[in-house]
Amino acid sequence: MADDIVLQANSVTIRFGGLTAVSNFNLAIRPHELVGLIGPNGAGKTTLFNMLTGVYKPTEGEIVIGGVKTTEMKPYQITSLGVARTFQNIRLFKELTVLDNVKIGGHIHYKYSGTSAVLHTNRFQEAEDEAEVESEKLLEIFGLKSRAESYAKNLPYGDQRRLEIARALAARPKLLLLDEPAAGLNDSETRSLMNTIHDIRDRFDIAILLIEHNMELVMGICERIVVLNFGKTIAEGTPETIRANPAVIEAYLGEPAEAAGL
Amino acid sequence: MLPRTWWLRDLILLVLYIGVIYLAWIALEYAAIYWPTMRYYNRIIVLLGINIILAVSLNIINGHAGQFSLGHAGFMAVGAYGAAYLTVYHFGPYVEKFAEGSVQRLVWQNVFLLLAILAGAIVSAIAGYIVGLPSLRLRGDYLAIVTLGFGEIIRVVILNVEVIGAARGLTGIPAWSNFFWVFFFAGLTILISHRLVMSSVGRAFLAVREDQIAAEAMGVDTTRYKVKAFIIGSCLAGVAGALFAHYTPAYLNPTMFTFIKSFEVVAMVVLGGLGSITGSIIAAIILTILPEGLRYVKDIYPGMRDPRMVIYSIMLIVLMLTRPQGLFGRRELWEFLPKRKDSIPKEGRDEGDSNDKLDRDSGPPVT
Repeated sequence: MADDIVLQANSVTIRFGGLTAVSNFNLAIRPHELVGLIGPNGAGKTTLFNMLTGVYKPTEGEIVIGGVKTTEMKPYQITSLGVARTFQNIRLFKELTVLDNVKIGGHIHYKYSGTSAVLHTNRFQEAEDEAEVESEKLLEIFGLKSRAESYAKNLPYGDQRRLEIARALAARPKLLLLDEPAAGLNDSETRSLMNTIHDIRDRFDIAILLIEHNMELVMGICERIVVLNFGKTIAEGTPETIRANPAVIEAYLGEPAEAAGL
Repeated sequence: MLPRTWWLRDLILLVLYIGVIYLAWIALEYAAIYWPTMRYYNRIIVLLGINIILAVSLNIINGHAGQFSLGHAGFMAVGAYGAAYLTVYHFGPYVEKFAEGSVQRLVWQNVFLLLAILAGAIVSAIAGYIVGLPSLRLRGDYLAIVTLGFGEIIRVVILNVEVIGAARGLTGIPAWSNFFWVFFFAGLTILISHRLVMSSVGRAFLAVREDQIAAEAMGVDTTRYKVKAFIIGSCLAGVAGALFAHYTPAYLNPTMFTFIKSFEVVAMVVLGGLGSITGSIIAAIILTILPEGLRYVKDIYPGMRDPRMVIYSIMLIVLMLTRPQGLFGRRELWEFLPKRKDSIPKEGRDEGDSNDKLDRDSGPPVT
């Protein structure tokens, strides 16, 4: 039973002083599922991501990832449970090469002691060869191979977004959290990204939870959508039901109205 | 050309390196016999080697892991006094039993020197661990101040410990250290630093420097790597200290390890470019030779008082104004030699969207 759930959030609540940023949030993500998390600005979406990845500790409730309770865990420990993420405001290692960015993404898989690094032992060689091969494979998939030796800061914006996803995938996650992957992309780049997301889900057989404001993208690829407003879940369901949900329309447009934008 | 087996390849290179520095040492010693002024240059060269160890080791903490430490003189002092304590009270008297110039004496003094260096390195590493702990909480300027304070604490403690000479300084240290050992360890330091930065450990250091939150999200235990950087850096500074303690005139005094010494090393690392190993080495060479070379300015204009420190400071200011990122920035010397592929390739980057590639790669759907 528990094996079938990648991520389980049970009545997760977080308060910052008097402000309840997220209250009583429940979610279960099964393997291979593509779930969208939407809501107006300040609804608590990124705060929720930060709790899932261990940056914030929930005030109440518990988060279970792969059968392990993660409430007291540090972000790097949660990563080794198979959760990887991207950031809303891109957080690449700017002064490092594209290839090194992806290699750091796979850090938990290419470990050896400092001594074997200095002595260049077989353990070191194997791990580094593996890192090289795996990282280049990922760069190939994301069309970044020709820029492998470029500094991350020199990539065009759209490539930086893609590199962040590639870096997250290098950790070989079971669950990928994407925080507004289409922010700042134009229409054609967004459509290309939609295909990419759909494709990596199948290729790497992972579950994806994504925050996005672009409704075309969310409605187009997510199988299930959760809508947050003021920290509360106001709706959950398939794209069709969400599109027709009056509470969602109200949250987005401020008052009951015909399904205008949605 | 070189064998692929890692240990054989490294062993050959090690033997070659030892051979080269041994011959250089012999040559310098002979030169000093024929031209007595060479003694002065030899001394500068050895101090240069010690400065290279200090700069390269500080570069691991400041440049690679991005933790700004101003306490390197403190770590050096710990290593120096730790090693000297052993040789003065334990190893020295033992070696004295053998006749001057005998083979046994020669062997024992080198073995003991290595043991003393090892001990100095260990004590410094422990000190580095203790300083690394506050770095878990502090960043940037705050950490710099803590390490500065820690360096001063070490100095003041030494100033008050009678058994290591207190304010009088520690005398009677056997002068066992020489060009050969200094450059042996300088080479070792460079090798360790270079191989670390080319490994997953080094990549973790760089990730911590670039973005701690992203590094944590990638599974890097940032605290652990910060402390690791401190331990490795201070351990090597301890080696430099131990070598310095045993080099003529083999005398230690707490005033040698004030924060000014720390700043000297920081200046080397910043001048060379934070994170650049070759930059640190070249900056160490420049900043060791420059103040010495400028002594001649006084002879050219006999009317002037010694203006060397003024010129030295002005040169530093000009260098930092013209290249604020340091000589090499974050890159290494060899990265400047061939053409970097960093500019946008000529054929343009739009060879199709990423998902075009995806479709091509995934091939036809299996039915």
